[in-house]
Amino acid sequence: MATASQLLPENTFRNRFLLAWERIKTPVFYFLLFFWAILCLAPLYFTLVFSLKPVANAYTPPIWFPIPFTLDNFRTVLQSFDLFPRWILNSMIISLSVTLLRVLFCSMAGYAFARIEFRGKKFLFNALLISMMMPGIVTLIPKFLVIGPGFIKGGLHIGSLVLPTGFNLIDKLGGVVLPSFVDAFGVFMMTQYYKSFPKELEEAAIIDGTNRWGIFFRIVLPISQTQLLTLGLLTFQGEWNNFMLPLLILRSPQNFTLPIGLQWFRGEYYTLYSTVLAGSLFNTLPILILFFLFQRYFIQSIATTGSKEG
Amino acid sequence: MSKFNRNKALENLTGYLFISPWLFIFFTFILFSLGYALYLSFTRYNLLSPAQWWGLEGYKRVLTDSLFLDKALPNTFKYVLIVVPLQTVISLVLAFAMDQKLRLRRLFRTVFYLPSVTSSVVISLIFVWLFAAQGIFNQLLGLTVNWLNNVKTAFYIIMGMNIFTTSGTLMLIFLSGLQDIPESVYEAARIDGADSLQIFWYITIPMLRPIIFFVVTVGMIGCFQVFDQIYVMTSGGPLDSTTTITYLIYKWAFRDTTVKMGQASALAVILTLIILVVTLIQRRLIEGSGVSNQ
Repeated sequence: MATASQLLPENTFRNRFLLAWERIKTPVFYFLLFFWAILCLAPLYFTLVFSLKPVANAYTPPIWFPIPFTLDNFRTVLQSFDLFPRWILNSMIISLSVTLLRVLFCSMAGYAFARIEFRGKKFLFNALLISMMMPGIVTLIPKFLVIGPGFIKGGLHIGSLVLPTGFNLIDKLGGVVLPSFVDAFGVFMMTQYYKSFPKELEEAAIIDGTNRWGIFFRIVLPISQTQLLTLGLLTFQGEWNNFMLPLLILRSPQNFTLPIGLQWFRGEYYTLYSTVLAGSLFNTLPILILFFLFQRYFIQSIATTGSKEG
Repeated sequence: MSKFNRNKALENLTGYLFISPWLFIFFTFILFSLGYALYLSFTRYNLLSPAQWWGLEGYKRVLTDSLFLDKALPNTFKYVLIVVPLQTVISLVLAFAMDQKLRLRRLFRTVFYLPSVTSSVVISLIFVWLFAAQGIFNQLLGLTVNWLNNVKTAFYIIMGMNIFTTSGTLMLIFLSGLQDIPESVYEAARIDGADSLQIFWYITIPMLRPIIFFVVTVGMIGCFQVFDQIYVMTSGGPLDSTTTITYLIYKWAFRDTTVKMGQASALAVILTLIILVVTLIQRRLIEGSGVSNQ
């Protein structure tokens, strides 16, 4: 008798709770997951429904289904406002050029930090790590001045020579590309990747007398495709959705990117909210397509950010 | 000997050529910009005439400005103190649920990440409409509140939206952390007679500590600088109830009719110091609490 009651768990509150928890935990977790999933889908679903209804019926029920159904809002976006296609094009130009440049330059720098022995490497790599933790807001104003009018108005006068101190790229797409074409996080990511990369392939090429450039462009770059794609997708997503810098740099409506344009359009044509949301879907769609095509890479890149730095 | 030296010089040169694009960005947009921001914070600068040395006057004006003291500063802390804990706990709970090897978890993972892929502007425009007086939210509940025009509700709508959009990404980070904990550790604990509550508290949480630190740090640095959503949804209003420090920096430097680049720079420096101090305190708290790990 005494031994049996010792083997049984004590009838304490804690044990009763644990027993009950074992029984209900699966339904509780399912409930949580479904609840959050509905929360995640609802805004996008309602947006889609709303943008598929005529402007006149925007605020009349039903809200659950697009009745009456129309594609007019999407047509308006592409045809009636010639600025919309322009914004899509601008966004494409900026995002693609930043992505291509960043993938190339970050992998070059990452390769150098991982493989090439040069003076001051450790110091510079530490500087890179520190710069990753620095809040971006502190450099915002100087960044704006360097891209645009320069930090000395009218340029730097050395004798009769006048040197500009800024790139004069306000209201130009290049002004958004300039500060973004390489970034610390990308360099860090590529460095970690190349450090874990087998050296044998390169060593064979070094013995053959191939120089660093040949090794990098002909051997290293082609085999790191997967990693380049991951960095490229992350970069494209970030630039496509970027808001603060384009907001400060791009001034005239024909030079806006899609996010800036949408925000501006909403202010100008408040009553056409169906069109605003249809335009929003044009901003969301390319990213969604990329996401579904390359989900594995997106998730991998997010998942590794934590474990690498933690 | 000379050949060796030449090789070494070549290797040095190649290294620097490989990192030169990054070096350019680092020197102009990080190092120089950081120094220049510091310099500007001690000046009076309106873009029209050259920056004038102003000493500590800019800082003094920031620290006596009622918009900063009564609105931006408390609002920013309120935002961080509400959003960071909630998004961390929610994403941890979701990751824990995802780690139970339930059915459909791939589908859930995709769906949870959707709000994070959508741009901040688009999600803000959608929420402006959802919470408008005639919006879906009111229609569903039969209310007529103008959520974003109300001093009492506007800021909470923005907070809720940001918790909602970031939790998906943070969940993925936690999930990979949970999956990195070796099964053998759990088994050993079970053999020693630990129950599920003890396993969660004495194994899972301590093993996740570095990831929790990462998520909280990144979350805080982001929350202290919240801008896009505020710009799009409320522009700091109504009655400055959603004005945060970053929005105030933007307002002083780029929006107000009298441009105050110097004063805005002083505020940016102050914000950076706040972030630095809070991060260090937070690191102490997370590293110093409970069973130490590593």
